Amino acid sequence: MDYVIVGAGPAGVIAAETLRRSDPAGAITLIGDEPEPPYSRMAIPYLLAEGIGEEGTHLRHGGDHYEKLKIEVRQGRVASLSPGDKSLALDGGETLSYDKLLIATGAHAVRPPIPGMDLPGVENCWTLEDARRIAAGARPGSRVVLMGAGFIGCIVLQALAARGVDLTVVEMESRMLARMMDDAGAEMIERWCKSKGVEVLTSAKVTGVEATNGGLRLIIDDAGMIDADLVVCATGVAPNLGFLEGSGVDTDLGVLVNEYLETGVAGVFAAGDVAQGPDFSTGKQAVHAIQPTASEHGRIAARNMAGHETRYRGSLSMNVLNTLGLISSSFGLWAGADGGERAVAADPERFRYLRLEFEDDVLVGALCLGLTQHVGVIRGLVQTRVRLGPWKDRLLNDPLQVMSAYLERTQGVA
Amino acid sequence: MQKSLLITADLCTSCMQCEMACSFEHEGVFNPAKSRIKVFEFEHGKRAIPYTCTQCAEAWCLHACPVEALSRNPQTGAVEVDDDVCVGCKVCTIACPFGTVNYNQDTGKVIKCDLCGGDPQCAAVCPTDAIVYVDANWTGYERMKQWAVKSDARPSA
Repeated sequence: MDYVIVGAGPAGVIAAETLRRSDPAGAITLIGDEPEPPYSRMAIPYLLAEGIGEEGTHLRHGGDHYEKLKIEVRQGRVASLSPGDKSLALDGGETLSYDKLLIATGAHAVRPPIPGMDLPGVENCWTLEDARRIAAGARPGSRVVLMGAGFIGCIVLQALAARGVDLTVVEMESRMLARMMDDAGAEMIERWCKSKGVEVLTSAKVTGVEATNGGLRLIIDDAGMIDADLVVCATGVAPNLGFLEGSGVDTDLGVLVNEYLETGVAGVFAAGDVAQGPDFSTGKQAVHAIQPTASEHGRIAARNMAGHETRYRGSLSMNVLNTLGLISSSFGLWAGADGGERAVAADPERFRYLRLEFEDDVLVGALCLGLTQHVGVIRGLVQTRVRLGPWKDRLLNDPLQVMSAYLERTQGVA
Repeated sequence: MQKSLLITADLCTSCMQCEMACSFEHEGVFNPAKSRIKVFEFEHGKRAIPYTCTQCAEAWCLHACPVEALSRNPQTGAVEVDDDVCVGCKVCTIACPFGTVNYNQDTGKVIKCDLCGGDPQCAAVCPTDAIVYVDANWTGYERMKQWAVKSDARPSA
């Protein structure tokens, strides 16, 4: 059996390793388009903050890890897919044939269509190569403007602040973390950032970037101009789907896959940031571009590719973030379910916040700010759909009792 | 023979010696906030349960780690954090559905129970045998027995 995996991020690597366990004799080819050993984009902020070196971003640390598993890792970019003859065309003309294919091509950084975004000194923060350029330009005292204060933007914010730059964050939306945090939580994070000396502009639209004598100038709608030595763009990412055009593989926001992570084309699977698969909370198909989903997708897709039918219960949207020392997390339907109920504990002065969302007596989502101990139980409660019984009313009165509710309802104690 | 922690909540007097011993073993200080095992009290202290990682087979934390900082110790069966590799991203803390991996803000790394390399100090100091370190198969048997008792329709004594 010839397995080909396109994409050498976490989903692709975990799929390759799982395939090797499931099919000791199969040929496994893992294709990545960057001139690096398989690495984790998630680790890039910690590289920029100088907590680790480049090798610290690598997904696997043993130098001969892939050889030992007889996984052929090669560099190349896939130009097109022909499911009819089960082959891929690579840039440069080479073709590769497969019996089972995994699309794990991830996503790419997207810049807004604004004049000047292509100027030197405007960088994404997505690849190791981006990180090298940012590291060269973001020195203590450098004037750095970060465009975008979403989840990725906020992680990059932390890394840039750690480099001692003079940092301004410009966000188009009315709040930071528009897709991970509600107004109350976002207000606390913004106030926290400002208290740490980071300038944060929300509802601020960059309308153009210009080159000045030795630097860059951003034109901000309603707020004038900001001069910068470096502009880091973290305004979003989009799945890498281009090579699938005309292939017959159905796409929407990402590659559409069923609960076996297979596309509508037999033998072609998708996993990770590129896949639009079952969402645990809604039952619909969603792109959850997060590490736990990439890992689960990689393993389950590989099991199915190797012929061990394994059904996926769906991915749970969740994130955890450190913004200059203030830690926040989000789980599932944090914005609430139709007809559901909500419990909130807020202490804005101490930057603490907990919001729980219920559907009937089941926890379906949550937001946490300033709370780090045992937060995993929220995933436990959401994903097991444990009925909270009498604990629901107790949590409505005091959401901070969530650990006690968990212990009693799942561990059968007290 | 692999061993694991067997916790019998009914025997716990919430003396907190396990938390102290755990913190001292791992951090060199007697600070329950740094403990990998946590005693939770119910009914204003009338009942308590010591709670920590079960070193579960699924190892959600290990699979969620983006940089291979978590690995299973083949001798003890414990999933251990390699501090030199952990970047402090905290994904394991939200991925573990038992909530037993926690972020240590002082070090910027995560902490979890590692069975003290095969000599868990919480069990060593527990004065009432609420925490004991026993043959893993036996804890499985005990769990089954407990479950059987719970499934029994008769009122318990």
